[in-house]
Amino acid sequence: MLTLTNVRKTFNRGTINEKVALQGVDLHLDRGDFVTVIGGNGAGKSTMLNMIAGVYPLDSGTITLDGHDISQLSEHARAAYLGRVFQDPMRGTAADMQIDENLALAARRGKSRTLRWGITKSERESYVEELRKLGLGLESRLSDKVGLLSGGQRQALTLLMATLQRPDLLLLDEHTAALDPKTAAKVLELTEQIVAEEGLTTLMVTHNMHDAIRLGNRLIMMADGKIIYDVRGEEKASLHRADLMRKFEEAAGEELANDRMLLG
Amino acid sequence: MTLAMLGAISQGILWGIMVLGVYITYKLLDIADLTCDGSLALGGCVCAVLVVEHGANPWLALLAGTVAGMLAGAVTGALHTVFDIPAILAGILTQISLWSINLRIMGKSNIPLLKHETIFSGLAEATGAPQTTVVVVLGALFAVATVGALYWFFGTEIGSALRATGNNEDMSRALGIDTRLTKMIALMLSNGLVGLAGALICQSQKYADIGMGTGAIIIGLAAIVIGEVLGRLTPGKLRSFSSRLVAAVVGSIVYFLIRAIVLQLGMDANDMKLLSATIVAVALAVPVVWERQQLRASYRKGGEA
Repeated sequence: MLTLTNVRKTFNRGTINEKVALQGVDLHLDRGDFVTVIGGNGAGKSTMLNMIAGVYPLDSGTITLDGHDISQLSEHARAAYLGRVFQDPMRGTAADMQIDENLALAARRGKSRTLRWGITKSERESYVEELRKLGLGLESRLSDKVGLLSGGQRQALTLLMATLQRPDLLLLDEHTAALDPKTAAKVLELTEQIVAEEGLTTLMVTHNMHDAIRLGNRLIMMADGKIIYDVRGEEKASLHRADLMRKFEEAAGEELANDRMLLG
Repeated sequence: MTLAMLGAISQGILWGIMVLGVYITYKLLDIADLTCDGSLALGGCVCAVLVVEHGANPWLALLAGTVAGMLAGAVTGALHTVFDIPAILAGILTQISLWSINLRIMGKSNIPLLKHETIFSGLAEATGAPQTTVVVVLGALFAVATVGALYWFFGTEIGSALRATGNNEDMSRALGIDTRLTKMIALMLSNGLVGLAGALICQSQKYADIGMGTGAIIIGLAAIVIGEVLGRLTPGKLRSFSSRLVAAVVGSIVYFLIRAIVLQLGMDANDMKLLSATIVAVALAVPVVWERQQLRASYRKGGEA
């Protein structure tokens, strides 16, 4: 389904700010995999997702999706296959546009945009149904500007937008990290529900070890721009936080002190 | 006096079409596009040269002015989207180039159209109505048609993608919108309208001048700001997109009425640009200062609400 082969990325090469973000990432996802990604700050988790999404050009390596090489495709062209939710709730929606207009934009991801009307009446009706499933009362606020919504509501809406048009791959980049615990739990619950219903292949970056173990069928750990641990199925299900901490210790060595604090 | 006011209204309507162009870049794309000063003059110059030197049909000359404006917008668009030059600088580069280009097109710094038929003089002769009245009526028809066309366009899939681009580029790309393309379309559309306005202004004032676009962007911003204030003062707040477009044109008319009044009161015409800039600066500064003041006033040392 998704295959990353020797993907490398260095930012600001040749300057004092040079930062090796990914040093040879190999990863293969099967259809329907729900993979959680953990790792300390600067491990390369978000960079990996951004490379898949085409935000930055590759230094080397290839990315294929469903057998198509997408390594050289622009970000907007890859969007046809990808659903994305960002960490910052402000980034995933257009604040000055209405809820239904945002959904209509998302419904046209990957389709050519024409001079046909940007939103139709029947569409609007279907959005009411979709919004009702979120259970946030947004179904009665179709023509409200998204800027009026709370961070959690915006993030739930972004999640709906990302999956409205079924994506081949769903990329979740710490999408609950900026929310309060209660809202984060709600958005995570919606995530589980949508991913399960649609059987979506999903990559979810998280800082929360508990969520990383509990969700999905596979877990990968990154450090220093590499995947250092990859566990799935039964083995993953029986993981404990202590096991992950031990893995960190083995891999990260002296950097651990920092990471232990971050991951506490 | 009434004739002067009618003249101001007719000017306000024609410039209002330029204001609609500026609205696209400034309000929808969040770019202050300085190409506008150059493309307004370009539209006027192209129109004048075609009518005077090539005996072109004045309606065709309008179309040519529009297309020329679109090309100018495409140049700014290419500088900005292909070469990543910041939008303000890209606009300035095109604007400065257009000064030379416009002089080349005209071969001199101004062209009078006195003896030539324009769309306005043609209709004035046919109906026997005074020229100013004809400008107001025809100009209003153009403005209404433009507002209608923009209302339609920004409701379409491409138009919505364009609004999304101005709102949130990251999201737009994640939803498969080619933001370089949408910005290019917006800049071409905007400058096409500015070029059309230049051609209309040229035909109504019966000359084209190299300096006719100088300060156009400030007039555009001032008109938008005035329109917004008027919109806010109107009961119902005028939130819909079409009413905001209409407000921009009305803002332009009010701007030229204010201008006519202060000129009647004896203000030097050359001070008008200072007044325009002040209007824009004050309008942009007031909300910022107001908000800061509110924040400070809501501060309580003890922490009790």
